[in-house]
Amino acid sequence: MEILYLLIPLSVVLVFVIGAAFWWALHSGQFDDLDGPAHRVLMDDDSAAP
Amino acid sequence: MTVAIYGEFGHLAGQAANTAACFHCGLPLGVQTWKVVVDGAARNTCCLGCQAVAGLIAGQGLGSYYRNRSAFAPTAAGDIVTPAFLEFDLPEVQAGYVYAVDVEQVEAALLIEGVTCAACLWLIEQRLLRVEGIRAATMHYGANRLRVRWHTSRVKLSAILAAIAALGYHAQLYDSGRSESMLARERRTLLWRLFVAAFGMMQVMMYAFPVYIAEGGMPAGIERMMQWAGLVLTLPVMFWSAVPFYRGAWRGLKARALNRDVPVSIGLLTAFAASVLATANGAGAVYYDSVCMFVFLLLGTRFLELNARTYAAREQDRLARLVPAIATRLPQYPDTNFREEIPAATLRRGEFAEIKPGAPVPGDGVVVDGVSSVNEALLTGESMPLVKRTGDSVIAGSVNGSGALIMRIERTGEQTVAAAIVRLMDRALEAKPHLASLADRAAAHFVFALLLVVAVSAAAWWFIDKERVLPVIISLLVVTCPCALSLATPAALAAATGSLSRRGILITRGHALEALAKSTHFVFDKTGTITSGRMSLIGVLVVGGRSKEAVIAMAAALEGASEHPVGRALVAAGPACARYQPGELRYVAGQGVEGVIDGKRMRAGSPGFVADLTGLPLPIELSFVSDDVTTVALGSEGEWLALFTLGDAVRPDAKQVVEALSAQGAELHLLSGDRTPCVKRVAARLGIPFYAGDAAPADKLDYVRKLQAQGAIVAAVGDGVNDAPLLAQAQVSVAMASGTELARLNADVTLLTDHIEPLLAAVSISRRTLRIIHQNFFWAIAYNVIAVPLAVMGLVTPLVAAIGMSASSLLVIGNALRLCDKPQRTASRE
Repeated sequence: MEILYLLIPLSVVLVFVIGAAFWWALHSGQFDDLDGPAHRVLMDDDSAAP
Repeated sequence: MTVAIYGEFGHLAGQAANTAACFHCGLPLGVQTWKVVVDGAARNTCCLGCQAVAGLIAGQGLGSYYRNRSAFAPTAAGDIVTPAFLEFDLPEVQAGYVYAVDVEQVEAALLIEGVTCAACLWLIEQRLLRVEGIRAATMHYGANRLRVRWHTSRVKLSAILAAIAALGYHAQLYDSGRSESMLARERRTLLWRLFVAAFGMMQVMMYAFPVYIAEGGMPAGIERMMQWAGLVLTLPVMFWSAVPFYRGAWRGLKARALNRDVPVSIGLLTAFAASVLATANGAGAVYYDSVCMFVFLLLGTRFLELNARTYAAREQDRLARLVPAIATRLPQYPDTNFREEIPAATLRRGEFAEIKPGAPVPGDGVVVDGVSSVNEALLTGESMPLVKRTGDSVIAGSVNGSGALIMRIERTGEQTVAAAIVRLMDRALEAKPHLASLADRAAAHFVFALLLVVAVSAAAWWFIDKERVLPVIISLLVVTCPCALSLATPAALAAATGSLSRRGILITRGHALEALAKSTHFVFDKTGTITSGRMSLIGVLVVGGRSKEAVIAMAAALEGASEHPVGRALVAAGPACARYQPGELRYVAGQGVEGVIDGKRMRAGSPGFVADLTGLPLPIELSFVSDDVTTVALGSEGEWLALFTLGDAVRPDAKQVVEALSAQGAELHLLSGDRTPCVKRVAARLGIPFYAGDAAPADKLDYVRKLQAQGAIVAAVGDGVNDAPLLAQAQVSVAMASGTELARLNADVTLLTDHIEPLLAAVSISRRTLRIIHQNFFWAIAYNVIAVPLAVMGLVTPLVAAIGMSASSLLVIGNALRLCDKPQRTASRE
């Protein structure tokens, strides 16, 4: 059970690390358009002009 | 949702190839088709415009657009001459819309109209990226917003707009600096708050759950550590995620009102304070898990509400004319006709301006040269365009017809008739009677009742056991923590708003659903609301021995290339595949058209014009035609063939709406600026019992005020600038898709398709929403009725509090989600 004294603080630190990762994703605009990428992926033909 | 079927040219193109439909836009093909080669096969298109666009797309190597699209493209404009957009290169016009990125590059946001499916986005992006000098082009799906960045030295904005127009789409400059980025910031902040609450909730629950199931068997050191960990993770939830609730409660208290944020804040703060005390003292119960979950659920509904509002704002942006109106000034008139393009706002009194065909009138004034018909329907409700000659006055905001006019400006800006209507509307908005929202009223009662129970039980426990007063009060405040109660309304409103937007109904203000459900009186505008607002064929009187279909087909063939509203109405009424191929077409301005069909010389036009060809007196049937419609005659040499009556036809779905609403017991009124006999006839045909014609905007306002004085809850449906004060005064207002910007911006509900029938769905869904809100209140109160006595008796442990709160909240959310059904489209699929 003593391991919990390490694991619980570790989990708190981990939460803040994941929070920081999400903060970065949010502020780099990855959550701004939630529909577009799903449609864009279907248009896979990007051949250049002849 | 449309599903694209991929195959050799998709199912759409397949249809277009099999049946006689345009390859590009899907319209039925006429006799004459225009060929275009796409991906090595010849395709038929319906007009020169579609041919040009399809040819351009194929020529740019973008033919895969046709393979991947899931909806047809908009029909390209009949004339292939795209406007030059030169006025958009003026710095005055670009100011506020185009932003410098660095020394050479600038960026602007454009709103694109005509986007029908995801392939359109790809097409526009790819086309623009092939323009020399454009650095980046990104479409935002859903918002139909294009962000484009270009080198000012290598390409001009006008060229970019022209490139988009050449594809058949319409682009508008759009000020991204204001509304959108404000909403985007709000959305990011709220999403971040929501995420903090969600992560806090998950993790704190992990610390709380072992304590619950161990039932005291947990080593004290570990339990303390878990409490401290819970406190650390609850801090950001309490002091970052929950801040909007404190702010809302503070605003309410300052205004001396108990809104729905007040009980929320009381519950949150007491539960958190009690938990912190317990953690610090090492004795007592902690409620960190309940606090975090509570904040998460409430923020979740706020996020849904914000999404609905963002969607509404985007639709409004799309509806609004954001480009500053351009006027053509004639500074040296009447000496020379030297023209300069300037923003309309800079026109001054006494200056001369040219109004091009199809352009809006830039200010109030007097015509000094030219003859044209001017459509004032948006301002006056008059359905027919009025002919304006030298000396006639024109008003700002009306739209010029087919001729060019030169006018002298008398009044601009704030002094115009249109601005006066806007002021009237603003005053009406201020005086608008508001229905107190159910949630806020319930919250006020709830807080009052809660404080009463707290006081009574505190007094009772004071005599029983002084030690237990504080724990009982705290558990009472936590367990009644009005989670379910505060979720009851927003969850139902968010679900209903989403459900309605899928049906083409946009709710732009929160109170609209409640007010619509309670409406007792519906006031309709006539032109553009009950009627379509466009000229269309109403009746056909066959004079000779031909069939009705034949005479319509002949008239449609003669008018085939006409740009006049009457001609276009006849063409629209004619069969899709015209059977007649007219020759020797000759147009006589203001009179009609002459041509040869099957070897016979024929005329379609005003009765007098046709009488010159027939050589016969006017047919007796003409006397049956009422004077509020336009009559077009068709005749050949020595023979009358038919009389057509055209006018502003009643929408086909209007009758159904009127009947359904009357059957539900609503009182219906028809109000119009049009002439009274006209209004009376339409009211009689539809069975609307109350009507009034010749009503100026101020009259309409008084009419609604009188109804409201009698206690009526009025829903107004309208479309024009002249309806705007009416819409503002009514408790709930509905604007038509084809309506003016002013009407739509101020309406609580906007119908996005050009039909009035969705109004019925809006009314029935709003009533269902109100029912669900009532049910939710019932559940929330029932939960409290059970929980409060338990808490008063001191029987509530943190585990019971957590289970009770989550169960009641989930019940309420689940009930609200019943509103999220998909619209049934069985009828339209056939």
